[in-house]
Amino acid sequence: MKKLISLVMVLAMCVFLLAGCGQSEEPAASDSPSEAPSEVSAEPAGDETDAEGASFMIGGVGPLTGDNAIYGTAVMNGVQIAVDEINAAGGINGYQIEYRFEDDVSDGESSVNAYNTLMDWGMQLLVGPVTTGPAISVSAEVYNDRVFALTPSASSPDVTAGKDNMFQMCFTDPNQGSGAATYMGSNMAGSKVAIIYRNDDAYSQGIRDTFVAEAANQDLEIVYEGTFTADTQADFSVQLTAAQSAGADVVFLPIYYQPASVILSQANAMGYAPTFFGVDGMDGILAMPNFDLSLAEGVMVLTPFSADATDEKTVNFVAEYNERFGETPNQFAADGYDCVYALKQALEAAGCTPDMSTEDICTAMIEQFTTMTFDGLTGTGMTWTSGGEVSKMPLAVVIQDGVYVSAENAG
Amino acid sequence: MSKIIRLGKNRSIALTKTRVMDFATYLGVIIAFAVVTAMGSAGMLTRSFSGQLVPICCYIVMAISLNLTVGILGELSLGHAGFMSVGAFSGVIAAMSLQGAIPSDPLRLGIAMAVGAAFAALAGLIVGVPVLRLRGDYLAIVTLAFGEIIKELINCLIVGYDENGLHIVFNATGTKSVADLGLTESGIAIIKGAQGATGTDMIASFTGGFVLIMISLIIVLNLVRSRSGRAIMALRDNRIAAESVGINVTKYKLMAFVTSAALAGAAGALYGLNFSNLAASKFNFNTSILILVFVVLGGLGNIWGSIIAATVLTILPEALRGFEDYRMLAYAIVLILVMLATNNPQLKELFSKPVRSLKSQLSGGAKKGGAAGGQN
Repeated sequence: MKKLISLVMVLAMCVFLLAGCGQSEEPAASDSPSEAPSEVSAEPAGDETDAEGASFMIGGVGPLTGDNAIYGTAVMNGVQIAVDEINAAGGINGYQIEYRFEDDVSDGESSVNAYNTLMDWGMQLLVGPVTTGPAISVSAEVYNDRVFALTPSASSPDVTAGKDNMFQMCFTDPNQGSGAATYMGSNMAGSKVAIIYRNDDAYSQGIRDTFVAEAANQDLEIVYEGTFTADTQADFSVQLTAAQSAGADVVFLPIYYQPASVILSQANAMGYAPTFFGVDGMDGILAMPNFDLSLAEGVMVLTPFSADATDEKTVNFVAEYNERFGETPNQFAADGYDCVYALKQALEAAGCTPDMSTEDICTAMIEQFTTMTFDGLTGTGMTWTSGGEVSKMPLAVVIQDGVYVSAENAG
Repeated sequence: MSKIIRLGKNRSIALTKTRVMDFATYLGVIIAFAVVTAMGSAGMLTRSFSGQLVPICCYIVMAISLNLTVGILGELSLGHAGFMSVGAFSGVIAAMSLQGAIPSDPLRLGIAMAVGAAFAALAGLIVGVPVLRLRGDYLAIVTLAFGEIIKELINCLIVGYDENGLHIVFNATGTKSVADLGLTESGIAIIKGAQGATGTDMIASFTGGFVLIMISLIIVLNLVRSRSGRAIMALRDNRIAAESVGINVTKYKLMAFVTSAALAGAAGALYGLNFSNLAASKFNFNTSILILVFVVLGGLGNIWGSIIAATVLTILPEALRGFEDYRMLAYAIVLILVMLATNNPQLKELFSKPVRSLKSQLSGGAKKGGAAGGQN
């Protein structure tokens, strides 16, 4: 009997502990209504007049936990800064923004669940999903529901293919792959290139394919291609030795930053010092805990955003981000920030109000996005094709003393 | 041991009781389906919940099918997601390539599930024939490897379809891409290697999932209550005794294992057709373990326990979204508490009193079987 009582006590304590967490967290999510009212939202009429009357409901989906958490967190923070700035400055067309971000662990099923949760909440515009695979899953739902979605960083062309209401803020994979090849072709002509990529990852494989296709047109020689998978990303000595013995002087890494950090430290240990060239997945390496920044010295990254840029917008954003989150923002944060301002610009141009139906807003936004020009942190003069792809200039940065420096400024 | 005695004791008096229990399981599923469908059409379901219905159906079938291997056959399988993966991708290929030939979505879904089941059964046969002849926990090791191998194989697979038929390229060297398929203008790429199946037509439906659950239940429950099922359980309880009375070990083990693989394949096809993007990495070791957790938590050999565990544990992480960053922590705590609670003798006593009085009116069978099986 004693045991039973103590068990009940433990149970009760756990419930209270967790309930405490839940309550203290709730208000932080910009006064989102609690779970209970969301059950009613199957009848949109009641929901829209009560909860959405005063503000635009912008939702975000991305990984806040798991391997890719750094991307989701960066986007969430970037969006939060933009939302707070806009709300402080009087909102969009005089209406405030309500913002809620849901975790998807970078998994397709969870991502659809997260999206559905946001729809229950009354979301009108979606910023996300952050990673490619989940974004493809959600984009099909978004298309069926006629919700306007702008993904900050899901870069595969499959995300937008065949969906008129899904737009991208980042480069597409083909753009990144061919962009990297073009950049190398014009700045490092005659290089021997080795590629190490993850062949069970859509993002990595996609960039590798387009890089190889474009490299054939450039003065580049691909001397080695090494692959790895999620399960074999702890050791790269085989690939690095092969790249070294093939005489590669540039190693192209179209991969995420965690395996890249292993590659950098192993190459350093074996005394192999080629130029490492990454794309936007490499972004984030500087914020990685326990990573020796000296290893990243000289690594080149193709990214649309450089935190050392001197224009006023970037300086303000970097300062604000540093102050609030204690780190230098990466490209994902900037993409998230830009997404909100792009939405703002389009909403203002179309004269949208929160009491319009989600579908009407979607139609108006498609019209605006395919015609407008947007200047943001990650590029100026951005335009979108009707297919949802953005056109903006990639920027090559070099890591010097632990920060990004644009390649032209590098010493 | 207790099982054999119980079976013997119950055979004459409880045959109708196990049947009642089985019918209660069918009825429970049908009622749940009817209630959810009625609530759905009345607009009383949240989107979050209705979006999870098809995955829940898939996980229920996965749990039922794994319970057949683990609970009833008594062999440990650690790569059940591998069979799901085989079924998912073969089902997606079938559904996408038949788009023109069969315009009806439900029919195409049915065919896709049948194709998925067939391919998964084939994979089960290939794995099972050599391994099930061995004694010991070899099946666990081999299925673990199988799950990983399937993941790598599908990462190398590029499949497309045009009017000339299916085009399949095996990208073992990593240098090939969709362009090597040689598709015509109207062709579609169905599986793009590491990117998995993208742009899949989402034809999976809750009704399809319900039908699949019912079929799985009919197959598994009838198998278990049949002569073959008794042979399978006899093998689990005492292999030597079973062999001595002339039971063909490999045949019955294979029967249970291949059936289990086929059901997993059908569940995979349903899952694959519910999302427009599906990568092979989804079906990793974690997914296999997740399904094993459903089975263990629901009770080994306890079919309706598996159904409830799969449903609750699929909904739980979503229901815990209110905890935000602490969501998965809360999920783990709930899981541990449930494990503790179901294994606590006092609590069991507490629950079993009313259940027993109910049982004495209704039936014995399944619940007790699950508890006894859990001790294996």
